[in-house]
Amino acid sequence: MPLDETLTNERKFKVVGTRPNRPDGIDKVTGRARYGADMTMPGMLWGMILRSPHAHARIKGIDASKALALSGVKAVVTAEDFEMRDDDLRDTLINVMARDKALYDGHTVAAVAATSKSIAKKALKLIEVDYDVLPAVVDENAAMAPDAPLLYDDMFTQGVDPAPTKPSNVANVLEFGHGDVEAGFAKADVVIERTFKTGATHQGYIEPHACVASYNPDGYAEMWVCTQGHFMIRDNCARLLGMDLSRLRVTASEIGGGFGGKTTVFIEPVALALSKKTGRPVKIVMSRDEVFRATGPTSSSTNRVKIGATKDGRIVAAEAELRYQGGPFAGSPVEWGAMTAFACYDLENVKTVGYDVVCNRPKQAAYRAPGAPMIAFGVESVMDDVAHELGMDPVDFRILNQAKEGTKSSYGPTYGPIGIAACLDALKHSDHYQSPVPEGCGRGTAVGFWFNFGGQTCVGLNVNEDGTVTIQLGTQDIGGSRASMCLMTAEALGIPYEDVRAVNADTSAIGFTETTEGSRTTFSSGMALIKAAGETTKKMCARAAKVWGIPEEAVEWVDGAARPAGDNAGKFDPMTFKEIAAIAHSTGGPIAGHSEINAENAGEGFAAHICDLKVDPETGFTEVVRYTVIQDAGKAVHPSYVEGQMQGAAAQGIGWALNEEYIYSEDGRLQNPGFLDYRIPVCSDLPMLETVIVEVPNPGHPFGVRGVGETSIVPPLGAIGNAVRNATGMRMLETPMSPPRLVAAFREAAKA
Amino acid sequence: MVKVTLNGSLRSKAGGQSEFDIDAADIRDLFRQLGELQPKLKPLLDDGVVVAIDNQIYRDSLFQPLPEGSDVQLLPKLAGG
Repeated sequence: MPLDETLTNERKFKVVGTRPNRPDGIDKVTGRARYGADMTMPGMLWGMILRSPHAHARIKGIDASKALALSGVKAVVTAEDFEMRDDDLRDTLINVMARDKALYDGHTVAAVAATSKSIAKKALKLIEVDYDVLPAVVDENAAMAPDAPLLYDDMFTQGVDPAPTKPSNVANVLEFGHGDVEAGFAKADVVIERTFKTGATHQGYIEPHACVASYNPDGYAEMWVCTQGHFMIRDNCARLLGMDLSRLRVTASEIGGGFGGKTTVFIEPVALALSKKTGRPVKIVMSRDEVFRATGPTSSSTNRVKIGATKDGRIVAAEAELRYQGGPFAGSPVEWGAMTAFACYDLENVKTVGYDVVCNRPKQAAYRAPGAPMIAFGVESVMDDVAHELGMDPVDFRILNQAKEGTKSSYGPTYGPIGIAACLDALKHSDHYQSPVPEGCGRGTAVGFWFNFGGQTCVGLNVNEDGTVTIQLGTQDIGGSRASMCLMTAEALGIPYEDVRAVNADTSAIGFTETTEGSRTTFSSGMALIKAAGETTKKMCARAAKVWGIPEEAVEWVDGAARPAGDNAGKFDPMTFKEIAAIAHSTGGPIAGHSEINAENAGEGFAAHICDLKVDPETGFTEVVRYTVIQDAGKAVHPSYVEGQMQGAAAQGIGWALNEEYIYSEDGRLQNPGFLDYRIPVCSDLPMLETVIVEVPNPGHPFGVRGVGETSIVPPLGAIGNAVRNATGMRMLETPMSPPRLVAAFREAAKA
Repeated sequence: MVKVTLNGSLRSKAGGQSEFDIDAADIRDLFRQLGELQPKLKPLLDDGVVVAIDNQIYRDSLFQPLPEGSDVQLLPKLAGG
């Protein structure tokens, strides 16, 4: 779709921008909504998974004979049941079912299907696995040490010259930037360099992974899955089991949170393999312990950040070295961390170097703006410290150096219209920033960036006989997007919101559509629906033209009705959407629209946050007293759900900053796989998170929409770190800034 | 003729060269020529990379024209959470 450079905030919408109830709301509040674990099929078996208790161990043998002898047990699967068919899915397959080695505590080594959960549980205890326990490494810096235990003897670091001759745990080294940072630092009056560490956090969705797979004797199969992308499930499962895509139909259940963690497969290929082996449907539901031990947390990281500025407040050079471990496979989000690190700023000299490190931890999965929050913690902390050193207000320092339209970004491209200036301006003029800092509090601010993207998207639009409309979506709704889709469709057709109903279509009912990730759904499915609506109204104009006996070109669609286009077309009363739908049967048959697009130019996302926070110096307890989230939405289609995304992302970032982290024992076993010991923020922990929606229209979308799902998880770590510094005088260098860590810091400060 | 810059892990695959002047009509043509110049880049190009043409970002559009003199930046594939 060509860019619309004329988009402004002056456009008046009739439906978009209102706040109606969501179509899935009643089902969800009354318990009728069907989630992953709510599906039952006739003759269904229960699948359960045996997981490695070791962080790193060679699997010498698996004896399932005692389990198979137990009454009620129908099958056991191991790596032998999964042929290595596709090199592209090698890591995925090894993660789904360990082959020669268990690579982390919780790695799947076998699975059983039985007639009841209790029998399946008993059977797991009867499977004998002969392990040869190996030394493990769970920290990115320890993994990079010359004497670190190696996960693989054939991993040679890519991206360094000359190519290494010895294997290591560093899979890849990469670099971004432009200019000459050394020359830049030489001009600086103030240079600050610090090293920061962030703990690994889990997406913390409330609903554990769950699925039911039913493999028929004729080679066709069906799956019901809690996922962010049912086409992704179809693709992975079919390829791993050697099936044609058309033989596997996947339906996405309602989803109790994903945040990126449900963009890959874990239990689904296992359930399908068990169903194939038994000839019966198999259901697997993860426990919370399994979710923590075996599904994607994000990377832990260690990041060195250096920023230099002149006395007048201009940054002359910025540099960062990022070390991200992403579990036992290459592909941590360090590349996106290196790209986003300085993306908020207009820099002449900038360089980021990323190290992609493997460790004996679960394979990382995407988590809202993957890779960005960790490095933003370091960058936004040093930004504040440089401002303080210069005697400048940190917000003014950011405004002076903010990226703008025409800025060459730190990761390469030149920016089009972007919203960071509008966000920082809104921050500065917000009620929160204009109010005095509450007594005993420190105030911190920070900004954040995320790319957003579009991608392959299909939609269908069916006009019903009574003039209502049903839309079919290929993108899974993980945050209220059905409401936004109905609003955009209603706006484009000129009909009421209540006349549009959205249905999430299964993989057999609509064309390939990419996973709901990357803040892409409202942007791309919305764009496709607007196109489909345009196709539909064109057909409706043609029907009206037939009735009036005038050429199709002489009819236009205005305010939900076909009208003669000008005086020369003749004088006819407008025909409404409902009137044309009612006569569709006799004027040419059913009317429907559809659209298949590859949505590009998603429009970058920016956010700015303010946090007022108190710290108890005796206990290290932190209280977030006031928090405001400011974010550019391009155009907020349903402002309440935009605000919900902003609040949710900020709450997760606050949890990351203050309490959440994976804690491992020395032998690499996860110590806190549950919500009692892994502390996410709950309602009583936080004040109402205030929101300010900024709208800088995205010329890449007909309504100006930008994705909003991820950006606001980026600033909280820095905003809170800066608030802690201003409350206590201590610059914290590690997340979470938990009570024990703060108490230790107070003690160190007292000694000093 | 367009100026093409490789970023991130794409740079290291091109033997240290990060900038190229290429006479390409569209993204497909650019990928073909780059793959011939730097064979180690070909698997990455086949797998898909993001192409920024001036201030517009394309993730998967082989037939997007490259205007004469435009700034073309190649980036790793983007996804999200």
